[in-house]
Amino acid sequence: MTQKRSVGTVETQYFKIDKDMKLECGKKLGPITLAYETYGTLDKHKGNAVLIFHALSGDAHAAGYHKGEDKPGWWDTSIGPEKAFDTDKYFVICINVIGGCKGSTGPASIDPKTKKPYGIEFPILTIKDMIAAQKILIDHLGIKKLLAVSGGSMGGMQALQWAVTYPESIKLVIPIATAVRQSAMNVAFHEVGRRAIITDPNWSGGHYYGKKIPEHGLAVARMVGHITYLSDHSMREKFGRNLQDKDKLDFSFETEFQVEGYLRYQGDAFVKRFDANSYLYITKAIDYFDLTDNNTIPLEDVFAKSKAKFLVISFGADWLYTKEESVEIVRALQRNGIDVAYFNIESNYGHDAFLLDDEVQTSIIKNFLENNYG
Amino acid sequence: MDEEKIERMDEQKKNRYDYKFIVNSIEQHAKVLDLGCGRGSLLKLLREKRQIEGRGIELVQGKVQKCIENGVSVVHGDLDEGLKHYKDKSFDYVIFNETIQVVKNSLLVLKEALRVGKKVIVSFPNFGHWQIRFSYFFSGMMPKSRSLPYEWYNTPNIRLLTVKDFRDVCRKNHIRIIKEVNYMNLNGRGTSVAIFPNLFASNSIFVVSK
Repeated sequence: MTQKRSVGTVETQYFKIDKDMKLECGKKLGPITLAYETYGTLDKHKGNAVLIFHALSGDAHAAGYHKGEDKPGWWDTSIGPEKAFDTDKYFVICINVIGGCKGSTGPASIDPKTKKPYGIEFPILTIKDMIAAQKILIDHLGIKKLLAVSGGSMGGMQALQWAVTYPESIKLVIPIATAVRQSAMNVAFHEVGRRAIITDPNWSGGHYYGKKIPEHGLAVARMVGHITYLSDHSMREKFGRNLQDKDKLDFSFETEFQVEGYLRYQGDAFVKRFDANSYLYITKAIDYFDLTDNNTIPLEDVFAKSKAKFLVISFGADWLYTKEESVEIVRALQRNGIDVAYFNIESNYGHDAFLLDDEVQTSIIKNFLENNYG
Repeated sequence: MDEEKIERMDEQKKNRYDYKFIVNSIEQHAKVLDLGCGRGSLLKLLREKRQIEGRGIELVQGKVQKCIENGVSVVHGDLDEGLKHYKDKSFDYVIFNETIQVVKNSLLVLKEALRVGKKVIVSFPNFGHWQIRFSYFFSGMMPKSRSLPYEWYNTPNIRLLTVKDFRDVCRKNHIRIIKEVNYMNLNGRGTSVAIFPNLFASNSIFVVSK
């Protein structure tokens, strides 16, 4: 594959919402800061804006490089000149969700009332709350209609929620590796992660800021999470039963297999970049996600008002958000006569396949956008 | 057959008799569902010539990718899983362009197509054609022809049928035949066959409804 260009050096921007926002749980949150990045140029009709949503552990830094850093944004494989989301053509925006810890208001932010970090006084959030905050910024940017919204996993949930809540404001929706609701199995995995954090003595009822952080709990949560993003096949291929820096078994509880070392590394690395309380709040928001509002709206009525065109993408070996769950989205759209294309990409990688440089994914997103732009 | 050969055949399709017949059968701005739409070439042609609103279903990943390239709204899936999610009469036309003989539950899918479509267009290679009968009779091996070029072990055609078979299935299931054309397929060009079509036509197209 030819070397693709990058959007180059980028900077995170900040937008402040001064008014309180009423949340789904009934509480209020405000003032709110949103961290966001943009790539490409907004055309004069403001008709080429693409809003990208990040997943659980992501942030606003989706593409390019921050000054002095050599690691690009989390979806640099897909956002940039001539890439799936071609920044020569489109104006791409990515916003850190509220509840996050990468610049947007979250549990580690200072509560203006107490002048201390919110901790678990931070209100419980939902995907609807996250997108309501994003909408304020999009309005502020003067964008009346987004050309497209897209994201994978929790990002896909936000894309679907945008389509349902703001049907007039979107032309194209590209949900990837996601579902109309969080499954019981996925709630279960999240709950294991949350218990690991909450039972870490350093968590201290959520008020650990300025003290020792619950690093063991958060690392275990990440380890569990990381397993669910891989597949049996990808782990066999990557690790097999290879030993970690040794030739023979030690018969001890030290790291024996490479896969153990890898997971520990992932856990430890995550602790350095992510806030444990944000992990609690964001996993909760994902778990509450259900477009049918706990079966109070029939699934086939959920998209009744949508006028957008959809491209739904799943990955064959994804067992966290399965192909069947994507088909469920597709069927709900078809029942409403909505124009939908659906693609199940045959890939041996698991849930995180959408983050890899997948040629098929790039080609279909690129073509879908081009065929519907202008 | 290799990929390149299939591509070439696909390109020739535009001038094919069946494509012309289908385009001529469909009104402007109709809603069309193409079952087993391949690379989306028919839907693309219908969009250009008839400004239709088209949808497709296709099983093969590479073909689905081509559909999206062609701007065709395609769903990657298996027809044998049914069309349950489509509402009654939600399409003006449902098309089986050489698809009816490759699905497992042909009759079920046909009935479903008649439910979701006001009219259904079915095109298929006629297994009653004299060349096929002769080939089988004299060689004693599974017959091959221009329309059915595969070996027994790699053919996607698992539900082969004749013109008479299709008329028979329509009669037994109270399916109305609106239009029927039988033709001889010669290098993409076709000549319609009026006399003994079950013997002399290599391909057939039916327009049917409930």
